[in-house]
Amino acid sequence: MKAAHEFARRHRLQWWEALPWLAGIAVFFVFPNYLAFSTQVVVTILFALSLDLVLGYAGIVTLGHAAFFGAGAYTVGILAQQFNWNEPLSGLAAAALVAGAIGLASGFVLLRTHGLTLLMLTLCTMALLEQAANMGAAWTGGFDGMPGLSFQKILGLFSFDVLYFRSQYLYSLALLLLAFALVRTLVYSSFGQSLTGIRENVRRMHAVGAPVRARLIVVYTVSAALAGLAGGLFAQTTGYVNLAVLGLERAAGVLIILILGGYGRLYGAIIGAIAYMVLEHLLAKAYPTTWQLGIGVTLVAVALYVPNGILGLAEHFWRKRSGKRPA
Amino acid sequence: MKARFAHVLAALSLAAAATGVAAQTVKVGVVLPYSGVGAEFGQQVDRGMQTYLKLNPNAFGPYKVELIKRDSKSPSGADAKTAVQELITQEKVDILAGFVYSPDAIASAPLVTEAKKPMVVMNAGTAWITNLSPMISRVSFSMWHSGYAMGEAAVKSLKAKTAVIGYTDFPPGKDSLQAFKLAFEKAGGKVIDEIPMGGPGQVPDFTPFFQRAKDKKPDVFYVFVPSGDHAVAVMKTYAALGMRQAGIKLIGPGDLTPDYKLQGMGDDAVGLITIHHYNADLDNPLNKRFVAAWKKEYGADSSPDFMGVQGYDGMAAIAHIVVTQKGKIDADGAMASLKGWKFNSPQGPIMIDPNTRDIVMNEYLSELVKSGGRLVQKNIGTINAVKDMCKELKEGKCK
Amino acid sequence: MDFLSIVLGGCAAGMVLFIVSVGLSVTMGLMGFINLAHGGFAMLGGYVIVLAMKHWGLGFVAALALAFVAVAALSVVLERLLYARLYRAAELTQVLFTIGLAFVMTAAVTLVVGPETQVVPLPAWLRGQTDLGFLQYRTYSLVLIVVGVVLVIGLWLGFERTRFGARIRAAVDNRRMVSSLGVDVNRLFTVTFAVGSGLAALGGGLGAEILGLDPNYPLRYLVYFLIVVAVGGLGRVTGVFVAALLIGTLDFVLKIYFPKGGTIFIYALTLALLLWRPQGLFGRRGP
Repeated sequence: MKAAHEFARRHRLQWWEALPWLAGIAVFFVFPNYLAFSTQVVVTILFALSLDLVLGYAGIVTLGHAAFFGAGAYTVGILAQQFNWNEPLSGLAAAALVAGAIGLASGFVLLRTHGLTLLMLTLCTMALLEQAANMGAAWTGGFDGMPGLSFQKILGLFSFDVLYFRSQYLYSLALLLLAFALVRTLVYSSFGQSLTGIRENVRRMHAVGAPVRARLIVVYTVSAALAGLAGGLFAQTTGYVNLAVLGLERAAGVLIILILGGYGRLYGAIIGAIAYMVLEHLLAKAYPTTWQLGIGVTLVAVALYVPNGILGLAEHFWRKRSGKRPA
Repeated sequence: MKARFAHVLAALSLAAAATGVAAQTVKVGVVLPYSGVGAEFGQQVDRGMQTYLKLNPNAFGPYKVELIKRDSKSPSGADAKTAVQELITQEKVDILAGFVYSPDAIASAPLVTEAKKPMVVMNAGTAWITNLSPMISRVSFSMWHSGYAMGEAAVKSLKAKTAVIGYTDFPPGKDSLQAFKLAFEKAGGKVIDEIPMGGPGQVPDFTPFFQRAKDKKPDVFYVFVPSGDHAVAVMKTYAALGMRQAGIKLIGPGDLTPDYKLQGMGDDAVGLITIHHYNADLDNPLNKRFVAAWKKEYGADSSPDFMGVQGYDGMAAIAHIVVTQKGKIDADGAMASLKGWKFNSPQGPIMIDPNTRDIVMNEYLSELVKSGGRLVQKNIGTINAVKDMCKELKEGKCK
Repeated sequence: MDFLSIVLGGCAAGMVLFIVSVGLSVTMGLMGFINLAHGGFAMLGGYVIVLAMKHWGLGFVAALALAFVAVAALSVVLERLLYARLYRAAELTQVLFTIGLAFVMTAAVTLVVGPETQVVPLPAWLRGQTDLGFLQYRTYSLVLIVVGVVLVIGLWLGFERTRFGARIRAAVDNRRMVSSLGVDVNRLFTVTFAVGSGLAALGGGLGAEILGLDPNYPLRYLVYFLIVVAVGGLGRVTGVFVAALLIGTLDFVLKIYFPKGGTIFIYALTLALLLWRPQGLFGRRGP
């Protein structure tokens, strides 16, 4: 008990941080028929988390993060289909490695720039990868993609559940927990603090002699690896990969989710993904042809009235209620 | 005696009716792109389904059918898969239907196999889709139906010796290219150039590709592009470059001439030769009734298209399943009832091939002419009972 | 295909990009506002033209004028009511807002008109080919080139030779200074935004022949507009012009010789150009 307290204190764990995970487990029991959708939400949360590292903490605005997601997805897919390597955990490791390598290479080249230029460069990198995937249709299946990917049992125990997605959901949730713990530790470390410093005032960081560019490249690489992990997880749980994993729609979608939830706060990724995807899901069921209107109006309203995202709104109310000064 | 017989008969039919009423509602999950880039196609298929229901109110006998519609959004497959999963587990549908884009059908195949639910494909055109699951049947087409038939027709009817092929660089385009080329060269022609013309997402400026084709001076220029935006741009580029005057015939599958856009193409499109299983000008009484009902419901300017008739035929297939299964759908029984199923559709006689569960139908060779101030498809040839040659010849992935 | 045809073809393709993107470049450079709904104004322009020609029997040129005015007016309303509230907001909030707006535009058009792609019924004098003596070329492409050239000259004169233009250029470089000199910067924004959106509407209508027109237009072509703006340099009319021509022509040429390359060339080229000159071809090197 004492050790647990020590642990919580050292990592500055708050009691409410357990809530999302409890909720995640509850979903398994309360919504047993919606686990395919729920798995998609978990994968997107992981992807949004990776984006938060670069966007929220390092201040790098990118529209091309799906490049890493897609790289991870295709790595898992190609390994499974062309090389018959379909052990899930090692596949994920490979996905993270490949995506991380691409992140390192592109970060090295692109992070000399910033602002609109960087945005366009990340976009072009992603688009190039998408074109390459299309041209390499013999390996990737092109537009029709790689159907029917199948994988061995997770840890040799749990097989992939084709119809109900039960094992996929728990598998994704477990991985998200691990990834979240990693990111949280990173963000609260001195490395993470220096990132915040870079985001807030680059010149001062340079003046203090901090290796700015090196730090940015490191966080970009880690973020890319995580995004690749999310992509690999997507490929494994969906059993199908096609060009959409590298598309602008996915990249823009995750960006919107993160802004909606609140970036730079870790939990924004969780809240944003759940809020956006659930809203979209419900609207699309009720209004198959015009749900985009509802989403669009919501985004506009949030931008106008809730600029710090949902988490910002929650913080605002929390502060008002407890009369505390902002942290 | 007669009165007693009448009484018994009445009692029996009442009992029968009562059983019919007591049978559960058959739930059909419809997965179509109701929003996004495919929205106009989703709308065509949906309207085709509705028109069938309107024109054939008794097709389902005493059984009730409920359509549950879900948006498959973008052609990524993932949204369709999630929708199908929920339709099966949460809504507990008996039959799946729809699927405009091939990735949507491809992604959903493992689910319907596992859950044993019949899946009626109403558009997705990749040839080997029906091989993915014993639960899948298709009432629409594969690129090979039109591509292969056109390859033969180009040599036999149009007397062409050389051809250049232009195609949108994605699987349906490559399928169409392969099908046409195989048939064309088998019949004695020669394909002198194959030009990939951009992707299906954005409409490229076709001018450079068409210019390259024009420079090669073929007898025919076979073009496949997705229906819609691409098709319109193709027509305009063909006219703008004066290719017809240069003696190059533009031919292709009916995707080039979507009926509901035909009038907007203007005189540029006159002389275009296409081959397809359907166009709105087909001259048979069922089609006239179909088109009239469509225009009455959706406006005189609107028109059904090949996707509309596929929705119609798909609904007819579902009705057949429901009636033969007497309202309680058993998957294996349903698939058995579809094998060899024949139907008189507005497009002509169709049949589901018992071996491949794919469609067998007529292909109509048409030339676009101007008649009475409108563009009209004039039938210049019919090829009966065309099968999907990819699976028939076991080409490539169709084994 | 001979050299001149290639050049003409590429120029025509580039002109459409230029006409739509020039408004985006100026508003982004001037207001520092990321307007990802810019493609939506182009789309609306196209729809106004199609509807005006079909239902009200307007001629093509009249419809173009109507589109410019109508969309510019709409943009003023949107700017005053919504955009202006976000001028001081974080970049990402602007991104969220404008993407949401683009969704609303897409859905609105689908609701009112329907999801089908629209065809602009060109008048007879714009169809077919024109005989230039030494060359027969697609009439519409030639018209696009002429319009583009006239526009760039007009805009250049407007920017370089009028007081209004001078104010805009100054505000692009240093907004605060201009404001402290007593210029009503808000009015400057509104007028510029209106003109930029009106130009986008023109581009959408003129380009419909080549780029197509359907409810998904805004986000589908956004990437190209952003590329042209980034490569040209923010707020530089000549920059956008050159970038659009460069990208349009190269894409055109490469498609003839390497059709299998797809759109790879545009992205590779943009990558190379922006790495070489991050501020764009004509942009100013920032701090």
